[in-house]
Amino acid sequence: MQGMTDMTDVSLGGGGTTADIQSAYMEMTHRKRMYGGILLVVFVALMASGFVVADGRNAGGFWNGITNVFDFPSEVVAEAAENGANIPGLMVNYLPSLIETLNIAAASTLIGALAAILLSLLSTRGLARWPRLTGLFRRMMDISRAVPEIVIALVLIFVLGGGPVPAMIAIAIHTAGALGKLFSEVNENASLKPVEGLESVGATWGQRMVLGVIPQVAPNYLSYALLRFEINIRASAILGFVGSGGIGYDLKNAFSWGQGRYDEVAAIFILLFLTIVAVDQISSHYRNRLTGSH
Amino acid sequence: MLEIKSLTKRFGDKTAVDAATFTVTEPQMIGIIGRSGAGKSTLLRMLNRLNDASDGQMLYEGTEVTRLTGTARRAWQARCAMIFQQFNLVPRMDVVSNVLHGTLNRRSTFATMFNLYPQGDIHKAIEILDRLGIAEQASKRAEDLSGGQQQRVAIARALMQDPAIILADEPIASLDPMNAQIVMDALRRIHEEDGRMVIANLHTLDTARRYCDRVIGMRDGRIVFDGTPAQLTTGVARDIYGAGADFSEAATSTAIETLGKQGDLAPA
Repeated sequence: MQGMTDMTDVSLGGGGTTADIQSAYMEMTHRKRMYGGILLVVFVALMASGFVVADGRNAGGFWNGITNVFDFPSEVVAEAAENGANIPGLMVNYLPSLIETLNIAAASTLIGALAAILLSLLSTRGLARWPRLTGLFRRMMDISRAVPEIVIALVLIFVLGGGPVPAMIAIAIHTAGALGKLFSEVNENASLKPVEGLESVGATWGQRMVLGVIPQVAPNYLSYALLRFEINIRASAILGFVGSGGIGYDLKNAFSWGQGRYDEVAAIFILLFLTIVAVDQISSHYRNRLTGSH
Repeated sequence: MLEIKSLTKRFGDKTAVDAATFTVTEPQMIGIIGRSGAGKSTLLRMLNRLNDASDGQMLYEGTEVTRLTGTARRAWQARCAMIFQQFNLVPRMDVVSNVLHGTLNRRSTFATMFNLYPQGDIHKAIEILDRLGIAEQASKRAEDLSGGQQQRVAIARALMQDPAIILADEPIASLDPMNAQIVMDALRRIHEEDGRMVIANLHTLDTARRYCDRVIGMRDGRIVFDGTPAQLTTGVARDIYGAGADFSEAATSTAIETLGKQGDLAPA
């Protein structure tokens, strides 16, 4: 790539006539198009062959199953529409479990985000308290991201028994890793000048971070944390399936009782959807306020 | 050709452009002057249809431009090129690609997504760059060029549109005097050689005097002066800028020779 740029610089920089420049540029364009075309062919070939392999391994076969994809949703929708009158009442019934789910998500986002701030500051080059240990903190974040939260939750439920606390811890661990990665990318774009200014007055590392870095990065932190909150609502609903309470537990029950209970399934989905919409609206409002006051 | 009838733009309860009215009967080079916030940029942005007018009309050869929507509006934007103070190029793309963006209105989204432009257009783009004296930069990234060079790339993009009108919103405000002169000379040459109408917002009086056939002065959203540069006396200029008796044209000047004149006067 470097060599290519140099070559074009030599051939175009020589102060030749317009015709020379035109042909040199056309040559470059053709070369770029050829590379692009080759890449496209390779990409399509890989996609196609990968699909064939995956389809071969699929027990039922993709093409046989594709026609049935909409059977289940249409069954749910049809039955829910039939019992549409029940849905508002059911939604009120499920409100307490929804609040439990929201609480799990909120607590885990808060704890996870605080851990993420610390981990991200410790693992950003130029800001780290112990520059040699940045790798260690990065690996810690990698591990907490790599282990699925459902695995952590299952282990904790086995140890601590069912309930919201294991789910909260499991999601918090995953959040710390995921947000830590995003936060440290935000930190890398922060200006080091205020930090240097604070260092020059003899501030400690903690003071430099809290007073020099956080004000710069807070709006971005907030918007990532709010996005994570949305994701965590969904995650805590899923963890209800493995016995940590909340609306996921109700959803699992409604599903496993099967036909006849699909109005409950619909009510829970509507509740979850409304919650996500509400969180999205509220978070964008606060994000705008925070960035607007700059 | 171009007829503007009480064109108005309101932002909330603030009126940025207040019933602007003027007519252009032949392709002229027009300079619009006034303080910052006088509504110059808003007026140009309405002409290009980047912003919609709150009230009033704009007619070009009988077509009511203010009413165009969709494809017709984009076709108008292609005929009415815009040059910006901060150049508004795509920084990571090469110079020729930026110039070729001038043809986007004629090309399909699909072809342009893959950078597939006809060879004729590519050759034409390089010829335009050559005309502006920056053909050697053809394959460089736009962000690697100096400000003056970037503004000439922006002019090349405008020329690639083959427009009837070129609007220039403070084209030289971010440039040093030397580059400002090169850019203004280029705009004047395009006006004279191609017979295109040029409307430029300018923040210095002497540039307007030197390059324009007609000067429009704006103050607080209203057009308060419309005439030839000769009619633009110091008294009128004071009125446009709302300045007191201490106002001196040399103070707002960016021309090198004006600075020289000041230097000569200083010891006397």
